[in-house]
Amino acid sequence: MSKQNTHGKTYKFGMAIDLDKCTGCGSCMVACMSENNVPFKKDESDKKDSITWMRVYKLTNGKSFPETEICYLPRPCMQCGGKGDQGHSPCVSVCPAVATDYGHDTGIVSQIPVRCFGCRYCMAACPYHARYFNWWDPKWPGEMEKYLNPDVSPRMRGVVEKCSFCYHRYQAARDKAYYEHREEIQEQEYQTACTQACPAGAIAFGDLHNPSHKVHQLVKPDPHHSGKPRNPKAFRLLERLGTNPKVYYISEKEWVRKAGDNYLEGEWKKMNKKHG
Amino acid sequence: MKVDRRCFLGLGLGAVAGAVVSPPGMKLTDDLAIWTQNWPWTPVPKDGKVTYEQTTCSLCKGNCGLSVRKVGGRPVHISGQEGHPVNNGGACLHGISGLQYLYGLTRINAPLKKNGETFEEISWKEAVSHVADKLNAMRENGKAEKIACITGKERGSIPELFKRFMKAYGSPHYYSMPDMNTTWRTVAEKMHGENADIGFDLENATHILSFGSGLVEGWGSPVHNFRVNAQRKDKGVKLVQVEPRLSNTAASADRWIPAIAGSEADLALSMCSVIMKEKLYDSSYLVSYDTGFSAFSGLVTTGYAPEKMESKTGVAASEIKTLAREFAGAGRPLAIAGKGRGDTAGDLTEFAAVHALNCLVGNINAKGGVRLNASPDYLKFPEMKLDAVAEKGAEKAPEKSIDALMRKISGTGQSPVQALLMQDANIAYTMHDTDRVKQALKKVPFKISFSSFMDETAKLADIILPSPTFLERYEDLPSDASMSRQVVGLAVPVQKPVKNSMNPGDAVIRIAKAMKSGVSENFPWKKYEDCLESVTGKLWDPLSDKGYAVISEKKPRKTVSADLSFFSVNKGKRPEAAGDRTEYPMMLVPYDNMRITSSEVTVSPFAVKTVSDEEIKGKESFVQVNPETARKIGVSRGDKVKITTPAGSAAVRIDLFEGVMPGLIGMPKGLGHTTDNPYVAGKGVNTNQLISVSIDPNTGQDAAFGINAKISRV
Repeated sequence: MSKQNTHGKTYKFGMAIDLDKCTGCGSCMVACMSENNVPFKKDESDKKDSITWMRVYKLTNGKSFPETEICYLPRPCMQCGGKGDQGHSPCVSVCPAVATDYGHDTGIVSQIPVRCFGCRYCMAACPYHARYFNWWDPKWPGEMEKYLNPDVSPRMRGVVEKCSFCYHRYQAARDKAYYEHREEIQEQEYQTACTQACPAGAIAFGDLHNPSHKVHQLVKPDPHHSGKPRNPKAFRLLERLGTNPKVYYISEKEWVRKAGDNYLEGEWKKMNKKHG
Repeated sequence: MKVDRRCFLGLGLGAVAGAVVSPPGMKLTDDLAIWTQNWPWTPVPKDGKVTYEQTTCSLCKGNCGLSVRKVGGRPVHISGQEGHPVNNGGACLHGISGLQYLYGLTRINAPLKKNGETFEEISWKEAVSHVADKLNAMRENGKAEKIACITGKERGSIPELFKRFMKAYGSPHYYSMPDMNTTWRTVAEKMHGENADIGFDLENATHILSFGSGLVEGWGSPVHNFRVNAQRKDKGVKLVQVEPRLSNTAASADRWIPAIAGSEADLALSMCSVIMKEKLYDSSYLVSYDTGFSAFSGLVTTGYAPEKMESKTGVAASEIKTLAREFAGAGRPLAIAGKGRGDTAGDLTEFAAVHALNCLVGNINAKGGVRLNASPDYLKFPEMKLDAVAEKGAEKAPEKSIDALMRKISGTGQSPVQALLMQDANIAYTMHDTDRVKQALKKVPFKISFSSFMDETAKLADIILPSPTFLERYEDLPSDASMSRQVVGLAVPVQKPVKNSMNPGDAVIRIAKAMKSGVSENFPWKKYEDCLESVTGKLWDPLSDKGYAVISEKKPRKTVSADLSFFSVNKGKRPEAAGDRTEYPMMLVPYDNMRITSSEVTVSPFAVKTVSDEEIKGKESFVQVNPETARKIGVSRGDKVKITTPAGSAAVRIDLFEGVMPGLIGMPKGLGHTTDNPYVAGKGVNTNQLISVSIDPNTGQDAAFGINAKISRV
């Protein structure tokens, strides 16, 4: 894994989602389904087997009427870097078939369906429920096969799938840059489908190594602590697991930031004092 | 180390065993992967050259600009069009699902004619002459006034062609589906004496007070307002949301005021009383309050003092005062009304009360305020030649509303409507008291549907002339009237029709041409495209070049007079929620969820997938109640219950939500479709069948927003 060919430009692609701007409209979910040939079934109400690479969760502050507040939290694959950002993501570490791997040149965790034989260890290992198993053959009823995107292979029964940060869009941008004799791809050349679709502009996507990218400016990742956000309003999900996600969330609301992990009584206060 | 014979043999055997056993492990892993996934039916999408084409969405009245990515000529992905004046790059999930409409499972393949209980396919020639013959015969037998026409939209050349057809034919019964803009236009007429659209300059307001308007639930032009809401957060513009249920808009707002459902007008007038009493109104504007100012002042200060309105609205007097002071004190305040998506007509008194707030702060035609826009007049149709039959029809007045028409049909023995044309309107699903509407439709002997899909209304039709979807046809699409800027978009085909369909514009032109003289000469065009090009006149070039045109860049008039006598004249005339409070102690309020369409367009499979399992589970849908209410009636989360209203009853499940006011039942709109599409239909309950029509005596329109209801265990 560590012997991957990484010469040339390396990136660390990441995402920052402003939860105060997200309204839970669902555009990101559908843009993702359309871009990535995600299938659909007659009944999608059992969310455990409903394949949604991007899923929007609804959070509540648990207070009773009229103090209730709600917030939506879009959840793509976190593209974990693992401890010390060395590529030991929870899923990559357990895959017996090298069907999922860590891209050291992009920071993206790949998922190659033709290598997967469906053991689902990765699903058990993923703390974010970002992985889905194809229990049935995906079907595109009627003439719907005609709208499938050739850049993303349709999956088949018996394999696991997940968000790839629209890796095919990165490939296209990289090819274009190569063709134009450029070393580096531009921020706007590679954007995921969900980022582009968000009508509220709540999602920022780019290179976490590049201080000129919006995502970097929003979260101010700390290179000495595996990209931990230095923006006090930004957080990552289940930070203490050391999975080092590349998806950051931003909210002015304390209860929302607190919902990003399970804290013991009094722990939150102590933690925030230390950082504050 | 000495290698003896025993060791040598052992190593040799070990090597052989290793060589034999190891590859099968690897081979089996590989084979397993192949065996589990090498299915011949897994599609391999064809590759090709990537191109982008621009068009305009017409799934709702927002009319966003879309960019369609095609691969080898095949559309594969839809996104928002960058730089478009309506949506500037954004798109909603329904627009993005557009290709699921194009290849929709309930698309109608060819013209259909009802034969007994089933439909049979016929040719376009047969279909057109069948309709023309029937309508000709009716016209000749003096029954010209017995045909009616309902279009989903009011504006654009296609509705205009239908309107023109009805006029030439000699029937006054042309209707379009009402929405909040219908009510706002009445407000403009009653309070400003103008025949104008009311647009809201939300982009430039600095304080938005919304009386239940779902800015992020699809109100007005949905994506436009999503952007307004997001920019508002960057600019620090305050949003105050008045609503009894914590909607997504309320959750996104700076302040949520949970007022009792139906008390919005009282709250607005109470705020007016504070503004009057504390003289917070814009006195420079005072010169133009030409009538009713002092009467209005007297009315609100005596009748709507905050202390008096406390119990009625459920909002503390001190809070009403704060709201009023903050509103009047803001730089560019703006009050809006039209509940949820605003896709039904509203209560005129409520809209007028909200508008009185705008008048008092003097924001009419001001930056960040209310714009009185003249109705768009970019369409120049040639003068009509009316014959005697048409002249006679033109003298008659239509019914006050579609509801009135439906009641007339179901009320009498023989239906006064003998033929009904329905375009972009799924009234057997979208209208309140749905069962009664269906009964009325069954009484009409000849129903013509122009639907692209076999929806609830098309199923009841006698003949269907299927339309192409917005991705396959030309159409001019004026933006929602609630936008301060008027934009016209052009839908252009990005895909050849995938079914044997015909643009409804063409269909109506062809029917008219097949009619006898009197009607046919009013339709001089060969085909709809020619008509579109000629009636849009000067606008055609920018429309066909850019795909859109902005038509109201003119600066609005500064001074507008405001007549506040409305409230003294119409005191007490309000639509009321049906049902006796003792029998039905709770209130059912359907709510809009951006992820579910509730209009004539049925939701797509992609969009259904995004709906929470707290709204749909299997074939059932949920109603939201406050945990306190649930305790009172003895139900808990997930329980199966029966919800009963004066209009009907339905089986649902209970979902507990702290954000619903106790005593209220929240229920998602847009579910319970009964079409033959298992991916989207047969899920949950259509709220419209539980809501009775409640006519606003001021407008004659149905203004029901909810209904008294009860929940019982089953």
